[in-house]
Amino acid sequence: MIEFEDVTKRYPDGTVAVDKLSLRIPSNQITVLVGPSGCGKTTSLRMINRTIERTSGTISIDGEDISGKDAVTLRRGIGYVIQNAGLFPHKTVVDNVATVPKLLGWDKRKAHDTAMELLERVGLDLKLAQRYPAQLSGGQQQRVGVARALAADPAIMLMDEPFSAVDPIVRHQLQEELLRLQRDIGKTIVFVTHDIDEAIKLGDNVAVLQVGGKLAQFSPPAELLANPVDDFVRGFVGQDRGYRALTFVHPDELRVHPLPAELALQDGVPVGWRNGSQELLPLGSVFKRGDSLRAALDAVLTSPTGCGVCVDDNGKAIGVIDQTTVAEALRS
Amino acid sequence: MWQYLTDSYNWSGNEGIWARILQHLWYTFAALGLSTVIALPIGLRIGHTRHGAFLAINLGNAARALPSLGLLMIAVLLTNEIGFLPVLIALVALGIPPILASTYAGLSGVDPATIDAARGMGMTGREILTKVEIPIALPLIISGVRSATLQIVSTATIAALVSLGGLGRYVVDGLKLRDFPQMFTGALLVALLAIALDAVFALIARVTVSEGLKIG
Amino acid sequence: MSWIGDNTGLIWDQLREHLYLAILPVIFGLIISIPLGYIATRYSWLSNPLIAFGGVLYSLPSIALFIVIPAILGTKVLSTVNIIVALTIYTVSLLIRNVIDGLRSVPPDVRQSAIAVGYGSLHRVVAVDLPIAVPVIFAGLRVVTVANISMVSVGAVIGIGGLGELFTLGFQKDFLTPVVVGVVLSLLLALCADLIIVTLQRVLTPWARVASPVGEVA
Repeated sequence: MIEFEDVTKRYPDGTVAVDKLSLRIPSNQITVLVGPSGCGKTTSLRMINRTIERTSGTISIDGEDISGKDAVTLRRGIGYVIQNAGLFPHKTVVDNVATVPKLLGWDKRKAHDTAMELLERVGLDLKLAQRYPAQLSGGQQQRVGVARALAADPAIMLMDEPFSAVDPIVRHQLQEELLRLQRDIGKTIVFVTHDIDEAIKLGDNVAVLQVGGKLAQFSPPAELLANPVDDFVRGFVGQDRGYRALTFVHPDELRVHPLPAELALQDGVPVGWRNGSQELLPLGSVFKRGDSLRAALDAVLTSPTGCGVCVDDNGKAIGVIDQTTVAEALRS
Repeated sequence: MWQYLTDSYNWSGNEGIWARILQHLWYTFAALGLSTVIALPIGLRIGHTRHGAFLAINLGNAARALPSLGLLMIAVLLTNEIGFLPVLIALVALGIPPILASTYAGLSGVDPATIDAARGMGMTGREILTKVEIPIALPLIISGVRSATLQIVSTATIAALVSLGGLGRYVVDGLKLRDFPQMFTGALLVALLAIALDAVFALIARVTVSEGLKIG
Repeated sequence: MSWIGDNTGLIWDQLREHLYLAILPVIFGLIISIPLGYIATRYSWLSNPLIAFGGVLYSLPSIALFIVIPAILGTKVLSTVNIIVALTIYTVSLLIRNVIDGLRSVPPDVRQSAIAVGYGSLHRVVAVDLPIAVPVIFAGLRVVTVANISMVSVGAVIGIGGLGELFTLGFQKDFLTPVVVGVVLSLLLALCADLIIVTLQRVLTPWARVASPVGEVA
């Protein structure tokens, strides 16, 4: 657990970047620091690995005050991922990943093998291992950055807007990868972003910070959407709170109806809707059992017939729902 | 014109061509070594800490304007002796600015994000310098030393005017004797030496600079 | 100190000679390297060999060039033509890289617009590409001018060196003053030339001076 106690960062010219921040960041979860420019989110993050030193207050990790520890040793035990990855252009991809293990004095062979494993873990083709960063795309470089941060198996990972510099499609992939990775490894991750949607998607806990470094609200994302604590948070979280909150509603059982005749199937997989003419109407989105209510509603909305199709893990249709089913689920 | 060069008599002995070439090389490397030993650490320190950048940037530019012959003369007249010492002083004075300026330029050109990542992952200041900054700045550092070498080779040639040995001897003596073939020999050999040394540096760069820096 | 007063005529003559020997090559060099650079951008396979060859030429010590050129040209060694030709070669070998890089620095969109608007290709180079290339070319111009001013004095070794002759004079007479005068004047000359070029650059690129848009946007 990382604990901030009345932590303040004041610069010599008088600017207060972080103002008496008190926060308890739980272990083994993703905590997102989010807020507008100048809210102190990056400053707070960098105070954890002491790349910025706090002016007053205490930051402790698992009860131990970090200012007592040697900064370099502290950093070698914390993974650090930044925007644009900051990869070393003069080293190969695999040597980049193996940097911290080598700093720690690991056996070269072991460092190399661990690096290769991690490259696979973050979804990179091993053929890229001997390439240089300049030969990789932005998304690939960012994955290497994450692998590099994981190499020495730190308990804590600090991520400073790591996905901001890539295009939306790649960003979505990287976010999914991070969630998948976290399911496997369960690190304590502190993640900074200015994008509230990213915060809601990735965070187990979200801390909303205001300009001047004050904490506005700290709660799980569903709570943030349902009960914003003041106008600032409400405004920052933005429109469509109700709709976005549906992401967190998982109805136990949605009553599905049997498949209608108009649904065209190929080997059980839905491919479109018949409407009397030769051509098929497009399918719209589909959802699986256990998906959120938002996904189910989306399936209903995008279907040309008003019926959302539910599929199993193999993509085969198992039933349909309509608007009344959704309305019932909302009421309950 | 080629007579002097091809006359085998001229190649042997203490005043022969081989001897002169070796002399010239000795002057060059002595001055280069000293310049590097002085300028490189200073350039590294200024580049790493960014203190004193003003000096590093402007020294390089200002030094280009220095007339090397004038510098030589001043050194000789001030030390009041003829020989290698004043020449060495002048050569080192000419060799320091390019090395200092290029080393600083190389280090200050390293992407700050890369240094931030290095610091954040737990490298000490020295580790950042040796494992990150220097390797990335290497192309520019080498080009600075290369520039200094050419400047030194060139000035060592005209140092024959103040009674130095080396290949410049052929130029100066030949001039006095109106012996054009001798002058030509000196000039040609200096040119070839310069090209050869430049090629050596190109090779050093090829071998030591990381592949990753050459892409794009 | 009185030496200066006694010899102002000499000093002035050498200064004039020095200027002449340093500036003429710069002008010739520009006149040669701009068309040459343009051709190299048209036939891009030429660029790298040209720049590499220039690099080799530039690495030759100036004194070597001052002597080898008469052998090739058939002129006498002790003639100003050698110095001018040699320094012109230096100028071109350094400037060619700046001209090529400068012309290449024109953004593709700008080039496209110019063609679409209807500029013929030569007219386009003169009216669009070159002005945009000015900063890069002038950066090289500053370097070569200062370098030339410094290199002219090397010619004093073979007897023609503008202010450099003050150096040899002082050395022969074991007299520091002429040498210092020569060095100081040479440095001042370089400084003035540099300032003139920078000013010229600012005059030629008025768009570079305007940092922010004119007028308020509400």
